[in-house]
Amino acid sequence: MTPPPPTADIVPALMARFPGLETSAYRGQTRVVVGEPVSLEVLSFLAAAGFDLLVDVTCVDYLEYRGATRRYGLVYLLASMATADRLIVRVFVDDPDPAVRSVVGVWRSADWLEREVWDMFGIDFVGHPDLRRLMMPEQFTAHPLRKDYPLQGRGERHNFPVLTREDG
Amino acid sequence: MALELPENVVVSRLDELASWCRKNSLWPMPFATACCGIELMATGAAKHDLARFGAEVFRFSPRQCDLMIVAGRVAMKMLPVLQRIWLQMHEPKWCISMGACASTGGVFDTYAVVQGIDRFIPVDMYVPGCPPRPEQLIQAIIDLQDKIQREGTIAGREFETRERQFRKRALVEAVAPLSIDAARNPVIQRELRFPRS
Repeated sequence: MTPPPPTADIVPALMARFPGLETSAYRGQTRVVVGEPVSLEVLSFLAAAGFDLLVDVTCVDYLEYRGATRRYGLVYLLASMATADRLIVRVFVDDPDPAVRSVVGVWRSADWLEREVWDMFGIDFVGHPDLRRLMMPEQFTAHPLRKDYPLQGRGERHNFPVLTREDG
Repeated sequence: MALELPENVVVSRLDELASWCRKNSLWPMPFATACCGIELMATGAAKHDLARFGAEVFRFSPRQCDLMIVAGRVAMKMLPVLQRIWLQMHEPKWCISMGACASTGGVFDTYAVVQGIDRFIPVDMYVPGCPPRPEQLIQAIIDLQDKIQREGTIAGREFETRERQFRKRALVEAVAPLSIDAARNPVIQRELRFPRS
């Protein structure tokens, strides 16, 4: 059976629809960099074009990265179940109040994936129906996977009452 | 002529009898959160049979247990649950901290893992290992049985762990301005309203 066609046909259609997007390819992986104002439109276009599986939404903090210009790089990993193509979409946002529009309306699996990114990095997903913490407790106030958050935390892990033998 | 016995002979013999009964029927409450839970299951299985030491049933209800075995790392989100289960257990109760993660946090010195449950729960026996072999856990239970027989329950000497526990609390790192919202944490709020000194 012939291998599935690469994303060569969808990406030119994307470039025709949204001129000015930066793309690159590396060892068979295609990447598209999108600015925030059109991120939802681009992702909706890709979902309609055949990328019906959102594999993951994650983020990279470029705070101490040499040569970085924007702080947070969101990564959307898309896949097509019909042709087994994969595509990577990058959206870069910057520090005071990082926010992008939520893609929950496009892929339902983005619900918890975006909650995880909010929990760990503090990126606000505008339009998300239930944006609250997923892995850290509700009362946690910091965003732990940011580069300026220490690995051992700031003492939250020991801020609990102590039970002794007399307490029963 | 009647034989004069000191008054506390009967009580101390009863104490030994009660301790003997308690140590030989320790029913564990398996608080298995991670990999050590697998070794705990292996210890209860056929090859290393924990039931021959009296741990006949692994009751998952804290109301029916007297030994809590904390097997695995405890995240900060899980710690209030652990404390609630400990409070729900009836006296006399003991706790075994199984594995490196429950004893000290193990390899996970991170923002979300409690560095040793003995910071928050009175622990009687520590079992090192990652994970400890079933034979090590059985040795810990045997040592705990010796401890129960030695300390007894009528004299209440298990309550003397308070000073030891607070000395260990001095190892806690400085709790700086915290990134946890104390106003919305029910465990902290209850502690502030009804402090246990």
